[in-house]
Amino acid sequence: MPTKPAGTLYRGREGMWSWVGHRITGVVIFFFLLVHVLDTSLVRVSPEAYTAVIGAYKNPLMALGETGLVAAIVFHAFNGLRIIAVDFWKKGAKYQRQMLWAVLGLWVVTMVAFSIRHLSLALGSH
Amino acid sequence: MSATIESPRSGRIAPQYRRNGGSRGNFEMIAWLFMRLSGVVLVVLIFGHLFVNLLVGEGIKAIDFGFVAGKWADPFWQFWDLAMLWLAMLHGTNGVRTIINDYAEKDTTRRWLKTVLYSATVVIIVLGTLVIFTFDPCPVVDGVPLPGGFCPA
Repeated sequence: MPTKPAGTLYRGREGMWSWVGHRITGVVIFFFLLVHVLDTSLVRVSPEAYTAVIGAYKNPLMALGETGLVAAIVFHAFNGLRIIAVDFWKKGAKYQRQMLWAVLGLWVVTMVAFSIRHLSLALGSH
Repeated sequence: MSATIESPRSGRIAPQYRRNGGSRGNFEMIAWLFMRLSGVVLVVLIFGHLFVNLLVGEGIKAIDFGFVAGKWADPFWQFWDLAMLWLAMLHGTNGVRTIINDYAEKDTTRRWLKTVLYSATVVIIVLGTLVIFTFDPCPVVDGVPLPGGFCPA
């Protein structure tokens, strides 16, 4: 029976999937950034134009979208710091897997806190 | 006797095996370093941005023209947002450039995609910079000044 080859450092494991996640969240954030600079630029058109368009961000569906966007940003931020550690810390490559689980743990904690606060503000009655 | 193999990029390898073509210099290394340096700064800038705009006070419900005007009446937030705009756009553009290089196999496709990307980057950076610096937080609409604690009476 041929056995499966021993895993490489990255392929098919935590390292590879964090790389995939970093790419996807990066692209999502970049396209939002383009839109966000355009919508903010409306302050230069008129106060009414800005307030009307920004009002589109204030409905329950968008509140979920914002939470998803912040989830992408927080993952990209924490995993980016992990990448820096892999590149610059002597033992970074050795502990890259453990660091990914730390990233995911911090990400869950941050997102639970953010979601409670943001959704209660955005979906609240006042 | 054993042969000595020079380590890659030691500068002592035969020219045909050099990784950079010479004319590009070490642009890719600078880009790699920029991603890490700008990344650290962006974590601080964007987390601060999200905290102040979404988590303090009324959160997103408080965001309107007056909210933006109040922030940009202060040079601190003008500089904060300017740094965030430039660093995020350059960081994101370099990331998308890498993705285009990875997945677009035809030379012409790559060139077109990067032309579109760089055009969008220039437009967004110039537009955002102009908006931050030419913005008037106290506009007079139909002869009536908008109310705002930061505006002169």
